[in-house]
Amino acid sequence: MREKISRRSILKNGLLGTVTALLLRPKAGKAHDIKKYPDSMGVLVDLSRCVGCRSCEAACRAEQNLPEPDLPYTDQTVFEELEHGRQRRTDETRFTVVNRYDPPDLGHPLYRKVQCNHCQEPACLSSCFVNAYTKTPEGAVVYNPDVCVGCRTCMIACPFYIPTFKYSSAFSPQIMKCRFCYDTRLKFGKPPACVEACPQEALQFGKRDELIKIGRRRIEENNGSYVDHIYGEYEAGGTSWLYLSKVPFAQAGFDMTVPHAPILDSVKNFLGIVPMVLTIWPALFAGFHLLATRKDQARDNARDNSQEDAS
Amino acid sequence: MKALISEDIHLPVSSSSQPDGTLWTLRKKLFLGLTTRQYLQQLRRNPVNWLLLVIFAVGLPLLLQRYIYGLGSVTHASNDYPWGLFLGFGLFGMVPLSASGFLLGTTVTLFGREDFHPIERLALLNGLLGYFFAVVYLEVDLGMPWRLAYPMFVSLGPAAVLFLVAWHVATYLSVQIAEVLPALFEWLGRPAWKQYIKRIGLGLTIAGIILSTLHQGALGALFNYAPTKLHPLWLSIEFQWIHFLCSAVFGGLAMVIVSSTLINRFMHWRCGKAFRENLERMTLGMAKGASYAMITYLVIKLVAVAHDNEWELLLTGWGFYYLMEIGLGVVLPMMLFARGVRNESVRPVRIAAFIAVVGVVWNRLNTAIFCFNYQLYQDVPYWKEIWLTVTLYALYFIVYRFIVYRLPIVFDWQESSMDK
Repeated sequence: MREKISRRSILKNGLLGTVTALLLRPKAGKAHDIKKYPDSMGVLVDLSRCVGCRSCEAACRAEQNLPEPDLPYTDQTVFEELEHGRQRRTDETRFTVVNRYDPPDLGHPLYRKVQCNHCQEPACLSSCFVNAYTKTPEGAVVYNPDVCVGCRTCMIACPFYIPTFKYSSAFSPQIMKCRFCYDTRLKFGKPPACVEACPQEALQFGKRDELIKIGRRRIEENNGSYVDHIYGEYEAGGTSWLYLSKVPFAQAGFDMTVPHAPILDSVKNFLGIVPMVLTIWPALFAGFHLLATRKDQARDNARDNSQEDAS
Repeated sequence: MKALISEDIHLPVSSSSQPDGTLWTLRKKLFLGLTTRQYLQQLRRNPVNWLLLVIFAVGLPLLLQRYIYGLGSVTHASNDYPWGLFLGFGLFGMVPLSASGFLLGTTVTLFGREDFHPIERLALLNGLLGYFFAVVYLEVDLGMPWRLAYPMFVSLGPAAVLFLVAWHVATYLSVQIAEVLPALFEWLGRPAWKQYIKRIGLGLTIAGIILSTLHQGALGALFNYAPTKLHPLWLSIEFQWIHFLCSAVFGGLAMVIVSSTLINRFMHWRCGKAFRENLERMTLGMAKGASYAMITYLVIKLVAVAHDNEWELLLTGWGFYYLMEIGLGVVLPMMLFARGVRNESVRPVRIAAFIAVVGVVWNRLNTAIFCFNYQLYQDVPYWKEIWLTVTLYALYFIVYRFIVYRLPIVFDWQESSMDK
């Protein structure tokens, strides 16, 4: 059954395999370096200033044309809402939510606004196989629904559980997430709607680099009343949205297990083996083939020789 | 079918020409050489078909519902668990069980082990269908299924792991179609066409090894994107891709043992002489291969726990579940395999293969669903999602059976019936 393998055919097949491999070769091994975004804008959130008025939620809804919620924004009962034992999260109807926390050592409740943190090295972007995400020089991570396939890997990859999917639509589903008001505001140098709506100046818009300095100064000037950490300075490779808090971040629902290295880093070592397998495997297995079948050939040759001797 | 064969010596169809020398028509071949009435009769007689009918009676309307009202109408529409059963079972579970094609292809074509030739085609077909249906599951799960080709031609994101999966599954699917085509050519009565495929046989096999190494590994590496969400015992950043690749080796072999056992038991009339006579020997051979892969897998799993220094996690509830998965899903079938091989008895091997298949799927479901978001809550899939998953699997079963009934997969095709 097996075809006769000649040197010519093995070379031919080997070459064919190699060429195919080269043609197929996705340039996945080239993971890019963390880009610095010198002009990246950001928002510094001071948890101690937020009073949970949810003006930001309302402003976001109006700006992004999202549906009206069931309860008015003044309704405080939403803070009690639990789904699967968890507080409210972003979904296809809201790109930002404010949740309430009751840290034990603090005499009053604490509020935290959740939205896309607009990472420096976004996991959603690096996991997307159709390049639907873009990190703009202004710092926004924006999504393009025109090329999205709906695989939802970005939702798996985002360590902050931000991207959501419009499951309700069969014909035009898409990822729904905060876009830093990129098209309507950020592009023109204006702060996003939520920041503008904040009556407490809990949200401060500015250049990310500046905001980090401001944050550091505020931590220093307040004699240890702030936690000596700006959440988002390093988390997941750094984010455009930064948080200051007077209680440990974990007590305000922050995930402290998020690594400081970008999510992409944990995938890099796999991507690194790809070119190796593509280039070494063909020769290696063609070699195995030769070795494995050489024995039969040698036996055939030996038999032929002995027949010749006998004759 | 068995009853009909005993009535008519010309059945089953396993050659291009009828006993009187004329060629079988395509229609006749499609109907297994039966008259339409006989064909329908054997369909009705088989109780499995009635079960399939029940599954489809509920499943097809659900499928329609999914395409008209969106994914949210048949799933929990969870933003925390973006991947449910369609991917957890259909993609992550089916693909490792389909490694059979590249494994047996490598054994026979590359290493020249002609003694496994009688089962090679079944392994190739098992691989092809597994991959094809993984894509079918994907088409149900994707938000925009009509954009399946986007990562290839419209908008490319080559730095993503999924890009690798997409390209490799697509190219490997074509490789497997090419590898199964000879069977179709024989059945169509065009044996000459086989020559083209035969010439590139070794190239196809090597391409199969490369593509399988990478995409089996890539499916594992996809979870590297969620280092904070997946339980650390199921996620090893350094070894994830090797775990997935290595478990696919015994998963694929076990699946061929299961499939060949079922075919030999329930479609004995269809099995050729070479297949029947060599099945036990080949089963034991594959069991030996699978048990080697299993011990390798166990060692790498252990190395991963040591490397990440997760020993104390083994003492938690999750750790118990982890040890249960390893113990029942890998160690138990490995022992049975070893026993079967040593005593040369196929029975324990066949039981072990079935357990191993379940074990691999269990591992994939754990990775994709049960141990994902371990710090949040457990998501139990909606019944409609489960039913749809079963429906698609039933479709897979029907296509599998349809092909094995007809094409020369487990028997040799003769040019004329006189050769019988």
